[in-house]
Amino acid sequence: MAKKTTSVLPGFKLTLGYTLLYLSLIVLIPLACTVWKTSTLTWDQFWHTVTAPRVMASYRLSFGASFLAALTNLFFGLLVAWVLVRYQFWGKRFVDALVDLPFALPTAVAGIALTAVYAPHGWIGRWLAPLGIQVAFTRLGVFVALTFIGLPFIVRTVQPVLEDFDLEIEESAASLGANRWQTFWRVTLPMLRPALLTGFTLAFARALGEYGSVVFISGNMPMKTEITPLLIITKLEEFDYPGATAIAVTMLVASFVLLLTINFLQWWSHRHHRPV
Amino acid sequence: MTPASTLTAPRRAAPRRVTAEPPFVRWLLIGTALLFLGLFLFVPLAAVFAEAFAKGIGFYLHTFDDVDTVAAIKRTFIVAGIAVPLNCVFGVAAAWAIAKFDFRGKTVLITLIDLPFTVSPVVAGMVYVLLFGAQGLLGPWLLAHDIKIIFAMPGIVLATMFVTFPFVARELIPLMQAQGRTEEEAAHVLGASGWQTFWRVTMPNIKWGLIYGVILCNARAMGEFGAVSVVTDKIRGPGGTNTIPLHVEALYYDYNFAGAFAVASLLTFLALVTLVLKTWVERKNTALRGTEN
Repeated sequence: MAKKTTSVLPGFKLTLGYTLLYLSLIVLIPLACTVWKTSTLTWDQFWHTVTAPRVMASYRLSFGASFLAALTNLFFGLLVAWVLVRYQFWGKRFVDALVDLPFALPTAVAGIALTAVYAPHGWIGRWLAPLGIQVAFTRLGVFVALTFIGLPFIVRTVQPVLEDFDLEIEESAASLGANRWQTFWRVTLPMLRPALLTGFTLAFARALGEYGSVVFISGNMPMKTEITPLLIITKLEEFDYPGATAIAVTMLVASFVLLLTINFLQWWSHRHHRPV
Repeated sequence: MTPASTLTAPRRAAPRRVTAEPPFVRWLLIGTALLFLGLFLFVPLAAVFAEAFAKGIGFYLHTFDDVDTVAAIKRTFIVAGIAVPLNCVFGVAAAWAIAKFDFRGKTVLITLIDLPFTVSPVVAGMVYVLLFGAQGLLGPWLLAHDIKIIFAMPGIVLATMFVTFPFVARELIPLMQAQGRTEEEAAHVLGASGWQTFWRVTMPNIKWGLIYGVILCNARAMGEFGAVSVVTDKIRGPGGTNTIPLHVEALYYDYNFAGAFAVASLLTFLALVTLVLKTWVERKNTALRGTEN
């Protein structure tokens, strides 16, 4: 990182040096250990570990439930953001503040609270049980927990875009003869698309790695309701460090691809949808 | 869509704005949104307090008399007390370097700072086990020198630092970038030292952003569960390694649900305080921005 600045301000070497040192010590060197530990496995061992049936089942659950939860949040998150920006109703400020609850509430608390509510005798579970719907200790429970975790991501990425949205654009659409639905579908929604994509990716990435809120409600049955992060912990507890690392590396690669996607999407949305 | 259709559209007595939905649609949307939030947010939130007081206020208070609970609370405060200030100093340093200077690789650096947000908390804990655990890279050396990191306080602090790493930095970087460097340059040219420039010019400008980052960082530090549970052996009491969230788990798996929710209500209360402070700072921030314009 060569210095090519003409800034007169002091402290460049100190602050950048400290930043790089701290980043390396806390994040980069420990993360590099995963590569080191994985390299103790042969390619065959690695492949065998990350494609074992139990591991594959956990990927299917983690990726599947995360995707469905993010998709659900895409729809309801947009709805919540829309309602909060466009309408007035009693208690709106309270609701607005509470949307961030999944960010602020420790995941373990979210986990036991959701389990209590969605268990067969819980406040919501008791109404679902007669319908034959069991949420707690099934895959549906994993989905519920991941939906809870991902909700603020979509709302908080869409909300500011919607707030800055120039109503004159919708007015011109209407004056050109579009009805409300056509205006929303063909004018408003396309302008929200970058924010929605970013929010979706963030929610999906967060759900993939989520542990605390899921383990209580999922029941953790191998092959059925066992998420990948839990499998990593199980391997660590069995002192199978290379096995745990191999699975973690697979997840890290997935996360890193997602991170690059997020950055690309943000760059793309800035480029194509600067506020008018 | 044809222009003719708008011309022939019947006139209403009290036309609503073309950018508003009919009241029926409006209330349907509000109702659906609130129902969704109710099922996923409000009901679980209320359930925490209902379950916590399920065995009465006496039992609730009794939970906090317990020596294990007190130890867990103390431990959590110590962990947050170390992790938050360190990440705070880092955040300010990183934001200063990134916002006030031009250098190659800046985008890469920002991406790397955000990295802990996309890494699973479980992996965050795991990397320290790989580094400092008994079979880890430095494990044998640590064992020979009788230094305990994993299954001890340093491990908890490190794991917490990892997961809360970006909070302050990512609040300050865009804020300081937006503010530019002209004010600092003016102060410096007029003879202020680096520290004077920072404390008297930069600090008042970034104060609220910093507070905001610290609030979020602290909430996560006190509530972290996944990363911390990997690096602890879940032993309770003053000599153990349980933090508040781990103690909630321990009580829960003891089938002491009222106790688990009582301790959880403490964390929930903390989360609500965090939300109130966050909303307050946000309002303060927009108010400040409003007076500037």
